[in-house]
Amino acid sequence: MEQKELKVSAIKNGTVIDHIPAHNLFKVISLLGLADIPNQITFGTNLESHKLGRKSIIKVADKFFADDEINKIALVAPQAKLNIIRDYEVIEKKQVTIPDEVVGYVRCFNPKCITNHEHITTRFSVVSKDPLELKCHYCEKVTSEKEMVII
Amino acid sequence: MIKNKSLVSINDFSKDEILRIIELAADFEANPDQPLLRGKVIASLFFEPSTRTRLSFETAINRLGARVIGFSDVNATSATKGETLKDTIIMVSNYADLIVMRHPLEGAARYASEQSRVPIVNAGDGANQHPSQTLLDMFSISKTQGHLDNLKIAMVGDLKYGRTVHSLLMAMSYFNPKFYFVAPDELKMPQEYKTFLDEKGIEYEEHTDMADVLPEADILYMTRVQKERFSDLLEYEKVKNTYVLRNSMLDATKPNLKVLHPLPRVNEISTDVDQNPKAYYFKQAENGVYTRMAIIASILGVK
Ligand SMILES: [Zn+2]
Repeated sequence: MEQKELKVSAIKNGTVIDHIPAHNLFKVISLLGLADIPNQITFGTNLESHKLGRKSIIKVADKFFADDEINKIALVAPQAKLNIIRDYEVIEKKQVTIPDEVVGYVRCFNPKCITNHEHITTRFSVVSKDPLELKCHYCEKVTSEKEMVII
Repeated sequence: MIKNKSLVSINDFSKDEILRIIELAADFEANPDQPLLRGKVIASLFFEPSTRTRLSFETAINRLGARVIGFSDVNATSATKGETLKDTIIMVSNYADLIVMRHPLEGAARYASEQSRVPIVNAGDGANQHPSQTLLDMFSISKTQGHLDNLKIAMVGDLKYGRTVHSLLMAMSYFNPKFYFVAPDELKMPQEYKTFLDEKGIEYEEHTDMADVLPEADILYMTRVQKERFSDLLEYEKVKNTYVLRNSMLDATKPNLKVLHPLPRVNEISTDVDQNPKAYYFKQAENGVYTRMAIIASILGVK
């Protein structure tokens, strides 16, 4: 346990996102827009995990996510766990939940969908959470987890 | 209810709204000369050509006394110069009282309905929806059977890609039907529709031979089996003559059976069927005009 903690340095205040599947780390980074914020961020990836095989962890200093913001990552990291840190102490633990509607961050898999031809904010209703299935508000086709591309 | 509402997908209409359209279509058939929309302008925007659908809509508009603006071929419009669908729709919705549109991309009509100030009637968006076809099919079924309840409906041919059969299945599910799906293995009814029926407790059977279901059916809904749909051309050669209806096959069918087809037909119904009183597909196409009159009149609130 101690050794694992050493791999990614501790933060004073902020959010630790744990149990991200290693292969989806960069999707999580892009969904949360972490590349574009000035905060100090530490990543660890390919860490051993009983649940996931290889997991990633992200620590974002001085950042506290709103629920609808953080729930976006549920699509690619449904088991993600959040630790909210104040003064080096975990003051709250949270889990992500898959939203009922997905607006603006997933591309429709259907090449003939209007959203892939004009600048349109994509909109899906989540018709199944496990396995993940998103029904496009426009073309009415269902995008599966395998076909899902994050914008 | 229907007033000022866009018709994008058949799922936009409730059971009562479907019944209302059917009732109105019957009224327009009895009295086709009702210029209720004199002074109105209706846009007919065909971003891909479809002569039959366009003529049917424009006949309906003319019979209602409204004027038509629009285009029948995208090559004649600024869309080919790169104008977005959004801009075209915003502009036209400032001119017209209602827009009928056909577009090759799926979801185009839904998107247009969100940009437009006036109602949109979807006349087909790619392989997605063509709700006026479904409503005219329902009108044809209701008219020939006297009602829509508890009917046995056989669907034959391309049940995988055929949007008309999918929409008809969804809409008929309000009326406790039993379905017979007859298709080659490569073109079977997709699982999502079978799941939908299972959830609703609606019975269906799957067959590969039309003869198995012909004696049972009240409605025989034929569709075209297209060569392009097959990954294996040998498979196409094997089945291409299996899904062809010939006049002699109608001998042992119910007296109330009617044969429907969304047209155009190629060879899946041989021409000797045309003289059989059970052949209904040309009348079905004519019903399209009354159905479209009913749709437009109810959306514009004159019926
Ligand atoms: Zn789509």
